[in-house]
Amino acid sequence: MSINSVARRLLPLIFAAFCASPAIAAEEVVTLMNSGANVSDQASLQRGAQLYFNYCAGCHSIKYMRYSRIAEDLGLSEDEVAKYLNFTGGAFGDTIVHAMPPGVGDKIVGSEDWFGVAPPDLSLSARVRSSDWIYSYLLSFYPDPSRPSGWNNTVFPNASMPNVFWERQGIQQLRATAHATEGQEAAVPEEESGGHGHGPVFDVVTAGTRTPEQFKQDSRDVTAFLEYVGEPAALQRERYGIWVILFLLLFTGVAYLLKAEYWKDVH
Amino acid sequence: MAGERTVSSTGILGWLDQRLPVTDFWNKHVGQYYAPKNFNFWYYMGSLALLMLVNQIVTGIWLTMHYKPSAADAFASVEYIMRDVPWGWLIRYMHSTGASFFFIVVYLHMFRGLIYGSYQKPRELVWVLGMLIFLMMMAEGFLGYVLPWGQMSFWGAQVIVSLFGAIPFVGNELVQFIQGDFLPSDATINRFFALHVIAVPLALLLLVVLHLAALHEVGSNNPDGIDIKKKKDVSGKPIDGIPFHPYYTVKDLFGAGVFLTLFAFVIFFQPTFGNLFLEADNFMRADPMVTPAHIAPVWYYTPFYAMLRAIPDKLFGVVVMGAAVMILFLVPWLDKSPVRSIRYRGPLTRIAITLFVASFLILGYLGMQAGSDLQKLIAQICTAIYFSFFIFMPIYTKLDKVKTVPDRVTMHEH
Amino acid sequence: MAAEPVNHGRRRFLTASTVVVGGVGGVFAAVPFLSAWLPSARAVAAGAPVSLDISKLAVGEQLVVAWRGAPVFVVRRSPEMLSVLSGETDRLKDPESANTAQQPAFAQNEYRSLKPDLLVLVGSCTHLGCSPKLHPKAQPEVWDDQWKGGYYCPCHNSRFDLAGRVYNQSPAPTNLVVPPYRFEGDARVIIGESEGAA
Repeated sequence: MSINSVARRLLPLIFAAFCASPAIAAEEVVTLMNSGANVSDQASLQRGAQLYFNYCAGCHSIKYMRYSRIAEDLGLSEDEVAKYLNFTGGAFGDTIVHAMPPGVGDKIVGSEDWFGVAPPDLSLSARVRSSDWIYSYLLSFYPDPSRPSGWNNTVFPNASMPNVFWERQGIQQLRATAHATEGQEAAVPEEESGGHGHGPVFDVVTAGTRTPEQFKQDSRDVTAFLEYVGEPAALQRERYGIWVILFLLLFTGVAYLLKAEYWKDVH
Repeated sequence: MAGERTVSSTGILGWLDQRLPVTDFWNKHVGQYYAPKNFNFWYYMGSLALLMLVNQIVTGIWLTMHYKPSAADAFASVEYIMRDVPWGWLIRYMHSTGASFFFIVVYLHMFRGLIYGSYQKPRELVWVLGMLIFLMMMAEGFLGYVLPWGQMSFWGAQVIVSLFGAIPFVGNELVQFIQGDFLPSDATINRFFALHVIAVPLALLLLVVLHLAALHEVGSNNPDGIDIKKKKDVSGKPIDGIPFHPYYTVKDLFGAGVFLTLFAFVIFFQPTFGNLFLEADNFMRADPMVTPAHIAPVWYYTPFYAMLRAIPDKLFGVVVMGAAVMILFLVPWLDKSPVRSIRYRGPLTRIAITLFVASFLILGYLGMQAGSDLQKLIAQICTAIYFSFFIFMPIYTKLDKVKTVPDRVTMHEH
Repeated sequence: MAAEPVNHGRRRFLTASTVVVGGVGGVFAAVPFLSAWLPSARAVAAGAPVSLDISKLAVGEQLVVAWRGAPVFVVRRSPEMLSVLSGETDRLKDPESANTAQQPAFAQNEYRSLKPDLLVLVGSCTHLGCSPKLHPKAQPEVWDDQWKGGYYCPCHNSRFDLAGRVYNQSPAPTNLVVPPYRFEGDARVIIGESEGAA
């Protein structure tokens, strides 16, 4: 068995191993829920955009996005954007800042007094934390009187953010469990945990205006929107990719025929 | 008559040939450059490396049209490229993916050199120049990674530059000298930009030209390690050789097609490649006040990084890491085997190479992990194996069995 | 070693095919690089149409607003100003605005505007780009004792009438450019966007 053949068999395996392990360089293994966010679902993105601008844009900016880009990618007209999304009064081509007073760099003047920390810009949150994290985070709030905002979150312990979606989600209490909430543990509502103690378990105390399934979809939509915001080019990237690869396969095929023809000379 | 050359070409080409050796150059290096006819898979890597160099230069030039090399604007300018510049996202991904593919190709290229004894006389200089190219590439990759000014850019710069602080007496001053400040900052980005865009690429281009010139001066090696110039036909051409053009031009064109297809797959479908090519933390703007939970260099440095971490002492760790790269320069003089190619060497060399590759890969994996006591122990063992490959090479290559090297090259049917 | 004879035709065909496919690939590959030179979304946003409030603009007065880095003049012309326009034909290089590059189709008329009384011009002399000054009164001037009102460019003495049309003997070759624009009611003009072309 030559080095050649061993290596040739080993290389594709190594390649595949890297492809298969998405978090190879990330931190501890985390238990997050699978967001199911789909950026190719334009309706989901539109709903997510509307939720984002109604619930999040008051405090968070997405300063690397432009309204005009959102309109183009989500199939919205300039009027629709102005009516349903643009609450900052910015021009259509402007980048999207939050409604809070402008600050210095990333910091909003005074916001630290209100929240303890400036609400971060969310343009790249999906690329830094992952869609699953955002989705799980949105689902994992619970009331905590010891916190200034009155809320805490099992995925992001001691987060300064209140549960802006509480009216839709309702209120769920964290059941005290033997597993200390070490962070990065996603909430599993009681009816789903099946008593497996997989992560922290929540008991619904007050129903919201949305059913649990509806709220999950809301969270999924917001997550999909933020995933899109993290990389708007993703929508086109895969579409072009198919054509590029098909073309390259054609080129490779023709080049192979040319090579084989000339190499008939060589013995 | 001064300055008159007689050339056989006519027309514009003839006009040029009288003033510059265009046709001569073509003949010497392409049209009449006789290369062994038994090149296999491993021999694609040279031309692919050249392809990747061109890719990095062209995409790099286009990125500098929009990138802003200041601490205040760098991060935002990269997002500007990704979102606002028409097709900017594609150019960026071609550059970031290209860097990783460049290293994959070069590592495979170096491996070929090791297994076929391409570094042996008379090609020692080809190997040394290649090693210098590798060093330059490592510098270029490091400098480039700092430029987006994300968290990994900043903290990676912090860690690597602080390694220089381990040098006795001059360490701290040296760190400030490199950074141009008390910490990696605007001054650092600007000078790293200058080095990354002009200084190191110029050095790389010069080294690549010398590398190819040195190779062509003595001719290419081959998987059997046979000197094809020993057997020539009546017209003086090696009987086991074929002209580079058209045979290897068409073969390399095909190789490029396969390679570009893989390249395109990553660019369009997996540009971050599972966090390996573009790390998640680098999508967060640099913050000197907040250290990421897990700092790791990009995958192509992790084998050496693992060695650094395996050694408890800071200075000694730096020395070992540096030695791991520098010892590769010595291979032409450590190898005492009378035979070039692994095909005709015995079990000792095969075991050594296998252990070497395995230790390198394991170290690479460990370098990406957060590290534990067990991992540290494994890293130490693998570092020892890695160095043993070189340190004991004069012994095992001499003791090893050799098989009879054939007169003529061996080929599989094409 | 004896082999089949070389099929030159096939080699030529395959070489040509590879070159053609490769060439097409090269063209496709060039597109992103060439496109990257086009104005980015940021440039387009900065060059977005500008909205101007003209409710307080009195007759005979001019407002200046910046659009795409150039000054744009908006003048409310009086009936007297409009009446002199037809008499200047012999003294102008392009009285009929035949050069269609200088104005949108809606401005190719005797007043060079959408509404007769409101003149909108890019305030950049078509010679070398200085900003001409409005001299609206019909009175003898140093540069023209038959001056009927219009623009005078101090850099090299180009002269334009009250519709932005260039006079003979001016170094400027063409009429002042009319930008795309439209009205939003009576009080607003949107410069940079034509009706229906939004």
